[in-house]
Amino acid sequence: MAPRTIDVAAVRKDFPIFETGIAYLDSANTSQRPRQVTGAMLEYFEKYNSNIHRAAYRIAEEATVRYEATREKVRAFINAASTKEIIYTRGTTEAINLVAYSWGRKNITSGDLIVLTILDHHSNIVPWQILAAEKGAEIQYVDIDERGELLQDQYAELLKRGPKLVAFNLVSNAMGTINPAREMVAAAKKAGATVLVDGAQSTPHQPVDVRALGCDFYAFSGHKMLGPTGAGILYGRRELLEAMDPFMAGGDMIRTVRIEGTTYHDLPWRFEAGTQAIAEVIGLGAAVDYLSELGMDAVRAHELEITEYAYEALSDIDGLTVYGPPPSRRAGVISFALEGIHPHDLATIADRDQVCLRAGHHCAMPLMTRLGVPATARASFYVYTQKDEVDRLVGSIQEAQRIFK
Amino acid sequence: MSTAADDQFYREYILDHYKNPRNYGRLEHPDITHEEDNPLCGDIVGMDFQVREGVIEDIRFHGRGCAISQASASLLTERLKGLQLEDAKKITKDDVLGELGIQISPARIKCALLSLKVLKVGAYGLAGDDEE
Repeated sequence: MAPRTIDVAAVRKDFPIFETGIAYLDSANTSQRPRQVTGAMLEYFEKYNSNIHRAAYRIAEEATVRYEATREKVRAFINAASTKEIIYTRGTTEAINLVAYSWGRKNITSGDLIVLTILDHHSNIVPWQILAAEKGAEIQYVDIDERGELLQDQYAELLKRGPKLVAFNLVSNAMGTINPAREMVAAAKKAGATVLVDGAQSTPHQPVDVRALGCDFYAFSGHKMLGPTGAGILYGRRELLEAMDPFMAGGDMIRTVRIEGTTYHDLPWRFEAGTQAIAEVIGLGAAVDYLSELGMDAVRAHELEITEYAYEALSDIDGLTVYGPPPSRRAGVISFALEGIHPHDLATIADRDQVCLRAGHHCAMPLMTRLGVPATARASFYVYTQKDEVDRLVGSIQEAQRIFK
Repeated sequence: MSTAADDQFYREYILDHYKNPRNYGRLEHPDITHEEDNPLCGDIVGMDFQVREGVIEDIRFHGRGCAISQASASLLTERLKGLQLEDAKKITKDDVLGELGIQISPARIKCALLSLKVLKVGAYGLAGDDEE
């Protein structure tokens, strides 16, 4: 069977926002959403809006069925063993905080070692810093080489110390580095660690198989993969989730509540207290359908093609420094600096040309400090990105260089 | 693509202040010194003041960041030099934005007002309000 390719022109027709004429190069921040996603959410609001899991009438049953259907779609999408292992959260941040709170407080004790990396997003650093401070645990960060790739020797040394937890992102949001996650998870498991993989930047862009990956927890957000904000996923291996106490307490996560005490609901609902983001979860289900239809191998192939094109175009510009590894080992993210021009000034000039470009520290301040820069400009790509948008970015950069010459 | 708006935003004199900042550097024996940053974009502005009998006799600023933050600081030091402290206190965000003379988008207001924050917090101990 010939590998599937993406018909970008057809894809773009599903995204009404492109009718505004923008060149959108900030998908690592949040993606755009196709009509199929907004349509599914609108249909809920207009046809069967009601609460889930409790009412006895027909539309509430439909809401429950559609809400729970996303769980199976996500399970299949990341190849988890059971829908009991798929917990709805607001996003990656909440998913990691859930683990830090529920698993961390029970399992991390004084003197324990937690291994993170300098490539991690703040949401995979700060929850562990809070936990470590509370428990008297130690955190060590794996450094990078000059190409922005993790120092595997240093990682191996840290594993020899028997860390309790290893947490890292599969893809760096700030540099695009694709980490050798399967090898890193295997080594960490062999060293006896529990492993959390931050999949916020990998799940939208490449095939993911959590069982092949072998991690204990895997977190990602819907809004970076064509879904709405407010719906994300925590995958956890069942035996770990079963042993964890709830993160949030309240309605819907209980079995029975008596004055003397409460028993908790089964997985996965134990971790889903309160009225849920029903429309958003239904929207996420539609996003998973959309991506599955395209095929994640095709998504990756398309992004690689755009990334190679952009990498070459940007590398040709005088005074421009690209951070991170070559295109074959990076996701559709290119962080760069322009000599004499602050990223924010570039982003403002690009904005005048309707080019949406990110400028800042990308929630990775330890990495910025490591690179010795206050901020970078970042272009990131997705299923709908076309070469013309990269050309427009190059035009904006040349314009900025003309203004600042 | 060149548009009139770009050139208006990065007016010649703003670029001039960015590339050739006035009163840039440090004072050896400042009476007051203070630094503020904007972690979101990594802009830093610090100021050293030399004050004699209620007058800002000398001033230097240092820092790094975007054209707007650095030009704004340069412009402000020009205004502050030789000014009575009491008069310096009266400088408002509208004064600073007016001096820049360009439309500042909400996302860039913090850049434009960083130097005013240094003045307010450092020299006067006033609460540094995050102007939006």
